[in-house]
Amino acid sequence: MSLNDTFTSETELHGVSDPIIEIRDAEVVFEMDRGVSRVLDNVNLTVERGEILGIVGESGSGKSMLASAILDAVVDPGILSGSITYYPENGDPIDVLSLSDEELRKLRWESISMVFQGAMTSFNPTMSIRGHFEETLDAHDFDIEEGMERGHQILSDLYLESERVMDSYPHELSGGMRQRALIALSVLLEPDVLVMDEPTAALDLLMQRSILALLESLKEKYDLTMVFITHDLPLVAELSDRLAVMYAFELIEQGPTNEILQNAGHPYTRSLLNATPNLDAPLSEMRPIEGSAPDPVNVPKGCSYHPRCSVANNRCVEADPEYQQITEEHVAACFHCDDAVEAIPLTHDQAVVQEDEP
Amino acid sequence: MSSEEPLLSMEDVEVHFEESTGLFDFRSEPDVVRAVDGVSLDVFEQDVVALVGESGCGKTTLGKTAIGLQRPTGGSVSYRGQDIWNARDGRGDVEIPFGDIRRSLQIIHQDPGSSLNPNRRVMKILEVPLKRWQSQMSAGDRRREVLSMLQEVGMSPPEDYAGRYPHQLSGGEKQRVALVRALLMDPDLILADEAISALDVSLRVEMMDLMLDLQKRYDTSFLFISHDLSNARYFAAHAGGRIGVMYLGQLVEVGPAEQIINDPQHPYTKVLRWATPDLNPGSGGGEPPVRKIDIPDPKNPPSGCRFHTRCPEARETCTKQIPPEYTYDELHTVQCFREDDTHEYWSSQQLEDTDAELFKAADD
Repeated sequence: MSLNDTFTSETELHGVSDPIIEIRDAEVVFEMDRGVSRVLDNVNLTVERGEILGIVGESGSGKSMLASAILDAVVDPGILSGSITYYPENGDPIDVLSLSDEELRKLRWESISMVFQGAMTSFNPTMSIRGHFEETLDAHDFDIEEGMERGHQILSDLYLESERVMDSYPHELSGGMRQRALIALSVLLEPDVLVMDEPTAALDLLMQRSILALLESLKEKYDLTMVFITHDLPLVAELSDRLAVMYAFELIEQGPTNEILQNAGHPYTRSLLNATPNLDAPLSEMRPIEGSAPDPVNVPKGCSYHPRCSVANNRCVEADPEYQQITEEHVAACFHCDDAVEAIPLTHDQAVVQEDEP
Repeated sequence: MSSEEPLLSMEDVEVHFEESTGLFDFRSEPDVVRAVDGVSLDVFEQDVVALVGESGCGKTTLGKTAIGLQRPTGGSVSYRGQDIWNARDGRGDVEIPFGDIRRSLQIIHQDPGSSLNPNRRVMKILEVPLKRWQSQMSAGDRRREVLSMLQEVGMSPPEDYAGRYPHQLSGGEKQRVALVRALLMDPDLILADEAISALDVSLRVEMMDLMLDLQKRYDTSFLFISHDLSNARYFAAHAGGRIGVMYLGQLVEVGPAEQIINDPQHPYTKVLRWATPDLNPGSGGGEPPVRKIDIPDPKNPPSGCRFHTRCPEARETCTKQIPPEYTYDELHTVQCFREDDTHEYWSSQQLEDTDAELFKAADD
C-alpha cells in the first residue's frame, strides 16, 4: 500500500467528512549532542469542523509539540516536516507550513488561536486586561470599538464582570478569572479553531469543571472547533467528542470518546484508564502503569510501548504496528487489540455494571 | 484508628493574616485575611486525614499550623498533650521539648523541584538531617542508611541516584527524595501538601501506593492535602482514614473516607463530588451546581454560613446564622442546617441569585 492510499482510506475510516485541520506525517526533530531527538513521530490526525477533540498523553509524550506544530510554531532548532492543511469555511485549503511570516501572523489568532498553559505567564504583568484586548485588535487591524464590545460580551459569557476585569491588571485577578480572561482574549478575533494546551492545569477541580462547562456553551455560541490537550484523561473525557491518545511522540489510538472509554484497543490506553483515580471504581482495582516513558533520543524499536506492555510478543519488538481498525471510526496502533481487551479489564467499566445491577 | 489520646490535637484554631496597608497609612483598618477560622481536628497514631477544598480555602495554612510551622492567632495545637507553642516559647511546664516535636512532625512540599537544593547531590541532601539529629552516627553508617532508604522507595540502583543532582531526576523521583528526607527523621506525622498534584495522573496512584506502604511499615500518620477528591479518597480509604472538607477557612464536613464519598451531607461536599470527573460517559457535565462560580474574597467572608453565596440549597437563614457542628454519624460531623429537621431553615426563603441570571440580564 502506498502512503497516499493509506491516507484516503484513513480519512474514510475516521468518519471525518468535513475536515478543518489535516495533519499528515508530521515530524519534529531536534539535533542534539547525544543524537537525534524525535519529539513528534509520524503523526496523522484530522480535526473535524465543529468538534471538540481531546488529545491525551503523559508529560513528555509530545502533546505540546503537536499543538505548536498545528500553528507552525515549533521553537528553533526544532525542524518540522510533513504537511498541515487548514480548510477555511469558504475558500481554498491553506498549506500552513508554506505560509510567509506575515500570512502566518494573520492565520494565528484570526483563524487558529491558541491558549497556553499558565495564564500568569501569557499576560503582560504591566498591562491591564483592557490593554491586552486593545493591543490584539490593533495588531490585527480590527475595528477597536466593535471589537471591545465583543470582548465585553465574551467576558460576560464566561461569567466575569466585564468592566471590572477589563480595568484589572493580571495579578489582581484570581487564577480562575485570569484563565477565563485569557480564553476570552483568544476568541476575540473570532477564530474558527481554538487550540488549548492544558488550559485548566494549576486550577482546582471545581474551577476546571466550571470552565469546561463554560467552554461548551462558548463553542455553541461562537461556532468554534476545539482541540483540547491535557494529561488529565477523565477531565477531557467529559467534554470531547473524540479522543486521540499520545504515547512516546506517536498517536497510538484515536476514536469517539465513548468507544475509547469503554472499548479501548491499545494496552497503553487501557492501563492509563486503570491508573486514573476514580470515585466509582473499586479501590483495589487501580493499578499504576509499570515502567516509565522512553527517552526521545532512544525510543524502543518496534512498538514503542513493548517494554511496558503485558501482551507484547516478539512481533512487537520487530515491527512498529500500523493502525488497526476496531470500529469504523476507532483505530489503535497495536497488533494485539483483542488480547489487550481480555488481558487488561477496565476497572471503571465494572463499576458501571455493578451500579446498574439492582 | 484508636480512641486513645490523639497524636495531634487542634482546638478552635484561628490563623488570621494582617495585610499591611503601607507605611504611612495609620488610619485605615488593616485588611485581615481569615485563612483558618475556628477549626478543631484530632489526628491519631497511624491515622490518615485528607484535607480537600478549593485553592485559597486555607487547607495548606491549616496543615502548616498542625505541624507547628505556622503560629495560630487563636486556639491551640498540641502534640501528645503538649501545647506546641508553649514548648516553643518555654511557657509553663514543657514536657516535650520543641526540638523533639519539630522532629516528629515533617512535611513534603507541593513542588519537589524547589524544595531540594539544586547545587547538592541527592546523597548530600539526605545526609543533612542525619548529621543534625544523629551526630554520633559514623559517615559510613550514614551513607548506608541513605542508600537503603533510597532502595526502599524504589530508586534503584541507589548508588546511581545518590550521585545525581536534583535536575537529573524526574518529578516523581524528586518527590521520592523529599519523602525519604522526611522519613529519615523517623517522624510521627508527615504533612503531604499537594505532594502528588504536580505529578502526571498516571504516576499519582504509584506515588500514593508508595506512601501508603511506608505509612504501614513505619507507623507514620499522614495529613494529606489535595484539591482532588478522588486522590483524597484513594489515599484515605486505603488507610482507613478520614476526609475533611474545607471551605473558606472552615472545616465544613469531616468523616470516614467512603462515607464522605458515598453519602456526602454538606452541599459543598456534593459540589466537590460533581467537580470530580469520572470515566462514565454521559454522567456529570452541564452547568456547575453552584450559584456563583467564583469563591468570595477571604478578606471579607460572607456572613452566616460562608457557603451561602454559592450554595444551591441556601435559604434566608443561612445568610444570618452560623450553622453549628452536627454529628451525623460516629466520626462524621457536618456544619449545615439541613442536618436539623426542625430548624427554621426549612421554612425560610430560598436564595436564587445565580451567575447565569446575572449575566443573562447583562446580555439584554
